[in-house]
Amino acid sequence: MGSDRIIGNSVPRKEGRDKVTGRSQYVDDMVLPNMLFGATVRSRIPRGRIKEITFGPGIAWDEFVIVSAKDIPGKNCISLIGDDQPCLATELVNHPEEPILLLAHPDRHLLPQAVESVAIDYDPLPPIFTIEESESRSEIIWGEDNVFKTYLIEKGNVDDIWATADYIIEGEYSTGAQEQLYIENNGMIAAFDSAQGITVWGSLQCPYYIHKALMELCQLPAEKVRVVQMETGGAFGGKEEYPSMIAAHAALLAIKSGRPVKLIYDRMEDMAATTKRHPSRTRHRTAVSKDGKILGGEIEFTIDGGAYLTLSPVVLSRGAIHAGGPYYWPSVRIRAKAVATNVPPHGAFRGFGAPQSLFAMERHMDRIAQAVGLSPIEIRRRNFLQPGETTTTEQIVREPINLGKLLNRALEISEYDSKKQRFANENRNGDTRKGLGIAAFLHGAGFTGSGERYLSSVVGVEGCADGSVRVLVSSAEFGQGTKTVLSQIAAEALGLPYENVSVAQPDTLEVPNSGPTVASRTAMVVGKLVQSAALGIRQTLVSSKLLPESYSADEFRTACRQHVAKHGQFRSWSRYEAPTDIFWDDEEYRGEAYAAFAWAVYIAEVTVDLTTYSVCVDDFVALQEVGKVLHPLLAKGQIIGGVAQAIGFSLYEKVVWQNGRMQNCQMTNYIMPTSSDLPPIRVFFEELGNVYGAYGAKGIGELPMDGPAPAIVNAVVEAIGVPFDFIPLLPEDIEDRLSADGLAASPQQSGVGVAR
Amino acid sequence: MSDLADNRFKVEISFKVNAQPKTLRVYPMERLLDVLRLELGLTGTKEGCGEGECGSCSVLMDGILVNSCLVPVLQAEGSSVATIEGLTTGETLNPLQQTFLDCGGAQCGICTPGMILAASYLLSRKEKPTVEEIREGLSGNLCRCTGYNQIVEAVAEAVRRRTIA
Repeated sequence: MGSDRIIGNSVPRKEGRDKVTGRSQYVDDMVLPNMLFGATVRSRIPRGRIKEITFGPGIAWDEFVIVSAKDIPGKNCISLIGDDQPCLATELVNHPEEPILLLAHPDRHLLPQAVESVAIDYDPLPPIFTIEESESRSEIIWGEDNVFKTYLIEKGNVDDIWATADYIIEGEYSTGAQEQLYIENNGMIAAFDSAQGITVWGSLQCPYYIHKALMELCQLPAEKVRVVQMETGGAFGGKEEYPSMIAAHAALLAIKSGRPVKLIYDRMEDMAATTKRHPSRTRHRTAVSKDGKILGGEIEFTIDGGAYLTLSPVVLSRGAIHAGGPYYWPSVRIRAKAVATNVPPHGAFRGFGAPQSLFAMERHMDRIAQAVGLSPIEIRRRNFLQPGETTTTEQIVREPINLGKLLNRALEISEYDSKKQRFANENRNGDTRKGLGIAAFLHGAGFTGSGERYLSSVVGVEGCADGSVRVLVSSAEFGQGTKTVLSQIAAEALGLPYENVSVAQPDTLEVPNSGPTVASRTAMVVGKLVQSAALGIRQTLVSSKLLPESYSADEFRTACRQHVAKHGQFRSWSRYEAPTDIFWDDEEYRGEAYAAFAWAVYIAEVTVDLTTYSVCVDDFVALQEVGKVLHPLLAKGQIIGGVAQAIGFSLYEKVVWQNGRMQNCQMTNYIMPTSSDLPPIRVFFEELGNVYGAYGAKGIGELPMDGPAPAIVNAVVEAIGVPFDFIPLLPEDIEDRLSADGLAASPQQSGVGVAR
Repeated sequence: MSDLADNRFKVEISFKVNAQPKTLRVYPMERLLDVLRLELGLTGTKEGCGEGECGSCSVLMDGILVNSCLVPVLQAEGSSVATIEGLTTGETLNPLQQTFLDCGGAQCGICTPGMILAASYLLSRKEKPTVEEIREGLSGNLCRCTGYNQIVEAVAEAVRRRTIA
C-alpha cells in the first residue's frame, strides 16, 4: 500500500456532482405530504415584561396551529452549556428577537400577516446594549452582575516587571459583530408520531446538540429523537447552536398539529434573529525592553455575549488563550470576561473569539514596534515563540515550528522590501496611498483543554454487504469537504481506492456521536478516529483469515462480503482517548490548551483612495503551516474563503444596531465582498506534520479568519499614517479621521507609548 | 381560501422550461422562483435573499440572466427559461459544471447553480473573457465559501478548454 496514493491528492469532492447539477437536497427542497409552514412571533422590544397577547382581527385564527410555552412537554429551554435561554418566552423578554409564539398554516402566504396581527403588550424595562453599559451594572439583566463567565490566565509575576521596562505600551482595540451570511438561510422540518417520536431534518452543523436539546424539550428518550442533516448551504459556526432553537420550534408545531411542519427563515429573520460574531474590546498594557523584547503584560479581553449564555464561555476561552499571539511572554496576566446585553445572543463564528483577540494583539505589535523604533518585521522576529518555550498557558511548544523562517518566506513571496521602497516614493504624491501590513498568528486545533476528553467522540466504519466501506460520523459537510477528506483517510488506511469509500449522511439513528462539526477538529480529531476504526475493519478481516496481510482491492471487497454474509452487520468503532502527555488544568487555566496549533504569517497590500476614502486590498499572501495537507484543492479553498470572509470583517461588514436590533438585516445594506471586490488571494503551505492528527493533519478551517483583519488595518495605518484600532474600518471612518487630523507625514501611532 | 376562490385569482400561463413546453395555472404575481421550485419541482434554483442581491436564484430567460425571485411569473409568458437542471444532458456534465468540480468552484453548493448559470451567460456573451471580465461578470452572484478565486479559475478553465476544443 503506497502511503501517498490518496492522502495529499485532490480527489473529486464526494458530493460535488450533485452540487454542480443542482440535485443536492437542502432542507427547503424537501416536501412532505400534508406539510404545514411555520412562523415565529418575536418580541419587538429589547427588555420587558409581557402583559398581554392579543390575536388581532381579520385573521382566521381557527385555521392556524398556535404554540406557546404552555405546549412544551418538557423543559422550556434550549439546553446547551446552560439552561437559561427559553425556547419560548413566557414572562420576560431579554432581547428584541426573542421567540414568544409559533404559528403554522398550510398556506405559507398567510403567515406574515398573521405574525404581524399578534399584538403583544409589555411593561418595558430599561435595556443595556454595550459592554460598558453592562459593566456599569446600572441594570442587572443576567445573574447577579451581568457577567456570563470570567477567566484568569497568569504566567510569572507580571506585577514585578513594570519597574524594569524601558517602554510601557498601551492600546485599546475593538471589533464589531459580524454575520456569518451563509447563502442558505437556516431552516428545519419536523415530523412527529407517538410511536417513532420526533424527527427533524435541517441545515445544521451539530446533530447531537439538537438531539440533546430536543430530548429535554420534548421529554423523550434518546431513541425517540432523530436528527438528520440535509445538505447544508454554508454554516461558518452560524449553524452550531441556533438550529437547536429552530428544531425545537418546528418540533413543537409538529407535535401540536400532528402534521409535518417546515420552518424556514427568510434572509431578514435569519440575519436579525440568529447568532453573530461577538463584538469585543481588548486592552493591552505591555512592558518592553529597549531592544524590543516583550517582558510581560496585562491583557483584558471582553466580549459582548448578548442576552443568554449560549456558547459565550467557550468563545471567551479560545479568545483568551489566543490573546498573546504567537509570541513568548515571560510573564502575562490575561483577564477575560463575557458580559450580557439586551441583544440577540452572539455565538459561534469561524475563529471563535480568536479573530477578535488576535486583531488586538497584531495591531498592538505594530504599536510596540513604533514606540520602540523597530520595524513591524523586527519586533515580531524578536518575540516569536520558539520550540521549547511556553505559551501564555505554559504549554511547551513541542512542534518544530520556525516562525522566523515562515515570516521570511512570506516577505519574499510578497516582495515586501522592494514594494515598501516603491510605495514610500509613490506615496509622496497623487490621490492614493499604498501600504503593506503583516500579521503573525496561530490557531489551536480541536476543542480547548479538556474539551476533547469530555466529548469522548465515537466514530464507526462499516464494511458493507457489497464489499464497499462506509464511514459513520456525525460530522457534517457544509462546504469544507468533510465527506471527501474522511473518505480519503479511510481509503488510505485500508489501501482501497477512494471510490470504494462513502460517508453516511449524518442521521442520529445511523451514526454515533463523533462530536460537533466545529473547532477545526474534523480532519484532525475525527479523521484520526476514522483512521483507527478503518484499521479495525482490516484487522478483523485479517485475523479471521478472510484477508491476507497484503491484499488487492478486489480481495478486500470479497473478504468484506464474506464477513457480512457470515456474521451480519460488520462495524468497527473507535473512541477518542486523550494523549497521555497532554495535561490541562481547568481551574488554573494552565497547560496544554490544544493538541496542535496551526501557524501563519499573512501579508496584505492595500491602496487607500484619498478621494473616496475606500480601501482596496490589492494583493494578499497567506502562508501557513497546517500539518499535512490532506487535499490541496480543498485546503486552498478553505484558506481563500476564510481570508475573503475576514476581508469582509475588516473593511465591509458592519452590523448597525438600534435598540438592540440589527437595522441592516438584508444583503442590500449589509455588504459582503463580491467577486470584483477581492484580490487574488495567494495561498502557500508549509507541512511539518502533527503526531495527533490523521496522517499528520491539523485544523485548517478557522485559521484564515484570524490574520487578515490586523494585516489589512496595519497596512492602512502604514499607508496613511493614522492609527485605527477598530474594525470594521469603513470609508466614513477614514474620512472622519483624515478630515480632522490630515495625512501624517510619517506613520504615527497615537501617543500612548510611554518611553521611560 | 377555498379551491374555487383560489382558482379565481389564477391565470393560465405557457412557457418553456429547459426546452419543455409547460402550461400552468398560477397567481400572476407569484415569483418565477416559486413556480419553478414548487410547481415544477426544479429545486436546483435556490433562494438566498429574496431581493435580487445574491443571485442564487439566477436562471436564463430567453438567454438573459435574471434573478427569478424578482420576476413575476406572468412576465415569463411565452418565454424560454433555462435552469441548472437543463444544463446536464443525461449524466454528461456541461463543461462549466465539470470545471467547477475540477477547480474547487463549488463548496457548500448553494450558490453553485446560480453561479454556473451566470458563468454560462457570460460565456454566451464573450468568447474569451479576461479575469477582470469574469470577476465583473460574476459580481451579481454572492458566494460566502470560496472567496471566488476558484470560481474564477473554473470559468477561465472552461474558456481555455473551449479554445483548445
